[in-house]
Amino acid sequence: MGDFSLQELTSILAMQGFVGISLFSVLLLMALGLAIIFGQMGVINMAHGEFMAMGAYTTYLLSVMTQTYFPELMNYYFLIAIVASFIVAGSFGYLTEYVLIRHLYKRPLDTLLATWGLSLIMQQSFRSFFGAREVSPTLPDWLMGSWMPTDSIFIPINGMFVLGLTGFVTLGVFLLMYRSAWGLNVRATTQNRVMSGAVGINTKRVDRLTFALGCGIAGIAGAAFTTIASTGPTSGSLYIVDTFMVVVFGGAASLFGTIASAFTIAQAQSILEFFISSSMAKVLTLLTLIIILMIRPEGLFSSKVRK
Amino acid sequence: MSYFSRRKFLGKTGALLSAMVAAGFITSTAMAADYPTAEVNTTGLAVTDDTVTVGILHSLTGTMAISETGAQEAEKLAIKQINESGGILGRQIKIIQEDGASDWPTFAEKSRKLLRNDKVAAVFGCWTSASRKAVLPIFEQENGILYYPTFYEGLEQSKNVIYTGQEATQQILAGLDWVAEEKGAKTYFLIGSDYIWPRTSMKIARIHIEKVLGGQVVGEEYKPLGDTQFGSIINRIRLRKPDVIFAAVVGGSNVAWFKQLNAAGITSKNQTLLTLSVTEDEVLGIGGENLEGFYSVMKYFQSLDNPNNVEFVKAFKEMHGADSVIGDVTQAAYLGPWLWKAAVEKAGSFDIDKIVEVSRTGEIELDTAPEGYVKLHPNHHLWSKTRIGQWNRDGQATVVFESDLIEPNPFPEGYQ
Repeated sequence: MGDFSLQELTSILAMQGFVGISLFSVLLLMALGLAIIFGQMGVINMAHGEFMAMGAYTTYLLSVMTQTYFPELMNYYFLIAIVASFIVAGSFGYLTEYVLIRHLYKRPLDTLLATWGLSLIMQQSFRSFFGAREVSPTLPDWLMGSWMPTDSIFIPINGMFVLGLTGFVTLGVFLLMYRSAWGLNVRATTQNRVMSGAVGINTKRVDRLTFALGCGIAGIAGAAFTTIASTGPTSGSLYIVDTFMVVVFGGAASLFGTIASAFTIAQAQSILEFFISSSMAKVLTLLTLIIILMIRPEGLFSSKVRK
Repeated sequence: MSYFSRRKFLGKTGALLSAMVAAGFITSTAMAADYPTAEVNTTGLAVTDDTVTVGILHSLTGTMAISETGAQEAEKLAIKQINESGGILGRQIKIIQEDGASDWPTFAEKSRKLLRNDKVAAVFGCWTSASRKAVLPIFEQENGILYYPTFYEGLEQSKNVIYTGQEATQQILAGLDWVAEEKGAKTYFLIGSDYIWPRTSMKIARIHIEKVLGGQVVGEEYKPLGDTQFGSIINRIRLRKPDVIFAAVVGGSNVAWFKQLNAAGITSKNQTLLTLSVTEDEVLGIGGENLEGFYSVMKYFQSLDNPNNVEFVKAFKEMHGADSVIGDVTQAAYLGPWLWKAAVEKAGSFDIDKIVEVSRTGEIELDTAPEGYVKLHPNHHLWSKTRIGQWNRDGQATVVFESDLIEPNPFPEGYQ
């Protein structure tokens, strides 16, 4: 083992601190879309990962197109790609709700099976269109490398970018759900569907837009993750377990629960991983989660709805 | 073109083999008649007077399709070339392709179908060790023969399998020797995905580093398959300050690992990294800019500069597209049909037992392999050279070191 100065040790601890925050932002961004769909509608969307992959592939397509037709715009395409991913995944989510999900609202367990089937279909479609091999969107230069506040501290720029994006999206979701008239409709529908209908809320339309919003946010997450991980037909399935873990642990119906849950899991995971092996860290995190869920089956923050 | 490649193949193959096949070449049309079906096929395989049927068994769907695509493309190319040059014992090769679907029981079921119903004369296929282990009992039971292309952990030798990739010691020991000598490495950090191949490989690596090279392993880490967060491990690596990172991370994790390493400021400018699990195929997903300057240890790189390889790369791109890439396993898969052809012609028979018998003489060799001369060892593995490639931004590697031919040793004593 090398020998360290105090300064080196401090630097590593600072960087490790950022790893925890960075993982928090990744988990939160993954989980936001699912939290909206699962929390507000009670639909278990097993194809969530594939909607993320759809965002990632949209980014890849735009990267290729920009490089071919407008190489001088390479520095900016990524921002457009994020918006495009939101629109593509969101529109497809809208369609999915119309064709598939709306017929299954009274059979929540069947949505699980149907969306799982959808995820397989989407995976194979990615494979047929883009090939089985993984692809790599070319990242603009400003997203590469690291920021060095001192000589020995490296903060990954892509990590900071994901962090910023997560903050932006979370704020957007918060404003939309808790400060807008549409959000009021969504929350009303969640609490009492029949009564909401009776006072004139178009609950079907609310459902469709909520599902589309959740899928669109998954698309944004997919676009952002091309900077830190892989883009392949099955990349989405890498995220689905972690995503459900965050949402279930946080308490299904609460945005703050999702945030708190992502933060707790990220910190536990990254701190443990620094001291013990990764597999063991995962085991310990999951064990803790199970115990907490046994004590609080509703998750960290349960919604106070009269049952 | 077919005439040329056939001549070239013949010209360089062993004297006995050349003489035998050349005789057939002169009377090309009469050749199948020289080998009556009743004589070359005594066990009821799918061999007729003018065709012989083989199986290709790879994953075309599911998570392994990423890796197995190249392998089956190369096998088809080799079979096409063999057919164009007159086939095998005067017979054209027909292919039955089955999809293993990244699912090990499916591999077993399809291999049983190929061997029992289709009676194929040989099977080219499998990629993961798990799929090979799943089909192995069936090949032994039905007495078929499998040409397996992937570099793997060793510790296996079956009568019914020919291993055309490297076993662990061929790849690892030469790589570690090079990095110890060339980079003066003393301390090593081992990292891999958490399953049998990386764990077996790292066990061999650790013993070699500690007992033979007199170095020190300062960390050994395994990441669950599919994990995409490497931040904490990267900080542990900083804490240990290893001279070399020795990596065997696979799949989607591999992409995340290199992207995050680069973003964290660990690049070839300040760190030596040698990996067992990056070929030209993986670079497509990882991005050349994230790998620039790091090293891979493999037996084959697409950039190898020899006439065989130049022709192979050209033919492969003609058949499968100009932007396709060729990795180590793809090349090893390409050897399968050619090695089978050499064995069949030497045995003068399609019978599995006779093919195995000549394969065990240690005299089956290929001069035309893209990787250079290879020879089949009686233990069913190939003698091959190990090379170190340094990655460039464009996704191709510059070969910086080439070993002598290394004897395959699937059961290395003192390394288990």
